[in-house]
Amino acid sequence: MNINLKSKLGRISLNNPVLVAAGTFGFGEEYTALINLNKLGGIITKTVTLEPRKGNPPPRLTETPAGLLNAIGLENPGIDVFLKEKLPFLSQFEAALIVNIAGEKEEDYLTLAERLNEKERIDALEINISCPNVKEKGLIFGTDPGRTFLLVKKLREVTNIPLIIKLTPNVTDISEIAQAAQEAGAEALSLINTVLGMSIDVETRRPKLGNITGGLSGPAIRPIAVRMVRDTFQKVSLPIIGMGGITCSEDALEFILTGASAVAVGTANFIDPSTALRIVEGIKEYMQRKGIENFEDLIGWLENSV
Amino acid sequence: MYQIKAKILFNEKIISGHYKMCLYAPGIAREAKPGQFVHIRIKDGYDPLLRRPFSIHRCEGEKIEILYKVVGRGTEFLSRKKTGNEIDTLGPLGQGFKISPDLKKIVLVAGGMGIAPLYFLAEKLNRENILILLGAESKGKILYLENLKNLNVKVQIATEDGSQGYKGLLSEFFFHLLKENSQIDLVCACGPIPMLKKIAQLSLKYKIPCQVSLEQRMGCGIGVCLGCTIKGKSSYLRVCSDGPVFQANQIRWKEER
Ligand SMILES: Cc1cc2nc3c(=O)[nH]c(=O)nc-3n(C[C@H](O)[C@H](O)[C@H](O)COP(=O)(O)OP(=O)(O)OC[C@H]3O[C@@H](n4cnc5c(N)ncnc54)[C@H](O)[C@@H]3O)c2cc1C
Ligand SMILES: Cc1cc2nc3c(=O)[nH]c(=O)nc-3n(C[C@H](O)[C@H](O)[C@H](O)COP(=O)(O)O)c2cc1C
Ligand code: FES
Repeated sequence: MNINLKSKLGRISLNNPVLVAAGTFGFGEEYTALINLNKLGGIITKTVTLEPRKGNPPPRLTETPAGLLNAIGLENPGIDVFLKEKLPFLSQFEAALIVNIAGEKEEDYLTLAERLNEKERIDALEINISCPNVKEKGLIFGTDPGRTFLLVKKLREVTNIPLIIKLTPNVTDISEIAQAAQEAGAEALSLINTVLGMSIDVETRRPKLGNITGGLSGPAIRPIAVRMVRDTFQKVSLPIIGMGGITCSEDALEFILTGASAVAVGTANFIDPSTALRIVEGIKEYMQRKGIENFEDLIGWLENSV
Repeated sequence: MYQIKAKILFNEKIISGHYKMCLYAPGIAREAKPGQFVHIRIKDGYDPLLRRPFSIHRCEGEKIEILYKVVGRGTEFLSRKKTGNEIDTLGPLGQGFKISPDLKKIVLVAGGMGIAPLYFLAEKLNRENILILLGAESKGKILYLENLKNLNVKVQIATEDGSQGYKGLLSEFFFHLLKENSQIDLVCACGPIPMLKKIAQLSLKYKIPCQVSLEQRMGCGIGVCLGCTIKGKSSYLRVCSDGPVFQANQIRWKEER
């Protein structure tokens, strides 16, 4: 059987449906020593902002049951350094290149999109309107359908690069935001970003994170993410990149069967850098077993009762 | 940098709550420098979820050793591993101690588990005029004294209860040493943060170069996640890849507790 793993997210073509999630793969440099980046379906960069950001005070991480609570605070070197030092490096790989951006205000997002506009090698921008760890705006776009619509619409006007909107689970109804993004001309959706959380050291009576609250990721959030992908898939037609706690091909397939056109591996990269590549193989093996030649036939291939 | 399934050659208790584990890890053993660490996946599954960092304590041929203390779930699981088990090991990671060959008198200050990387350093330096200050709560908790005797180094001890050597904190002992001794070329220290803070501040005050090995909770261990930062003089520093060994004057000690 000739297995075809290609997937499409609107105008974005992927060699295979397994990407690495923003903030869990940096700008790719460190992982080249451990895995072949050409075999990834796509690389989503750490969030890039207009100005360099120092990030939040330490400690920034703590482990919770089957989860990781983080409050990095979007530390990144800023767009100038990204363009000069990171983009040339990332451009050499066959994996789709998706640059994640965030701003404090609308103009920041627009300026970033304009500066990345002429860069041919970039396959898409992922618009982070969902970071829970910054005091400034960020999240207020992602929790408000009206502001999401306006932001995406304006971005659509300044750039022709496909736009992937990254959604937060910290809302009452994620499909409302998804719908707003769709109406404004988004190419695809990424979900979910981390779930707001908090953890306390009872001996010292202090929060475990310098930022007090953080975003929860890892297997602990997977059922939340799967349910949100399903809700979104049922209500909007945009292709979805599913993420949240994926560690193996079974996990990835949960997302795909319920409607994701691609998946992204986040926290699991830290635990086993070869996770994404193992998932590619696992999906292939599953397709062989189920007699399915084209990956796209798997998307949403879910029986809706037990 | 290697990610390997390393076979456990032994995993033995040395004193209550403290273990030494030896791994077959040829690539890591070949490249490891004192002060570097390995990031170990304790077991498959989600509990514990993340890898755990441990200093490389010794290298011999194709083997590496780590010295660890049981403090929580991860190290508890680790202590129950058997000879012959394989364990997913990533390393060698981070920046080690940087020591130029012309330095004459080097003092290594090891508080508790801090001896883990400093033993490796003492062994590699293999030169005259190395003084090791070992600190522990009491005589029974002093780590690694026997093996140190085989090295060509001087060892002095401080215990908090006075059951062996100087009675009091290691940092006080260090202070006395500084007052009496003016020709120290370099101090290398590893141990709990309050101790390191005092050692660093004293060294800076006496204008003696000082390198410290620091700890922080880690995610990736290779510089990607930006989760392991500490406050440096001008920006945040990543313990896993800018460190774990830092020059004492890189760190903003006022903000360390
Ligand atoms: C570069 C580096 C080198 C290290 N070398 C050694 C070594 O040679 N020998 C050794 O015994 N330990 C070493 N540690 C500390 C070791 O990583 C932790 O003790 C271990 O991760 C605890 O795991 P756990 O699951 O048993 O504890 P947990 O249940 O996760 O935590 C138990 C307690 O340990 C503390 N702790 C957990 N992780 C760390 C950490 N990374 N740094 C500091 N405190 C932590 C927690 O705050 C908590 O109080 C090193 C840490 C770093 C960063
Ligand atoms: C340490 C860390 C840093 C992250 N940084 C970013 C970021 O910069 N931008 C972003 O959009 N998402 C960021 N995320 C969220 C992930 O991209 C992903 O949405 C989330 O972690 C859920 O996937 P996971 O459970 O597989 O990790 C970060 C997550 C972690 C754990
Ligand atoms: S542990 Fe990820 S950057 Fe240090």
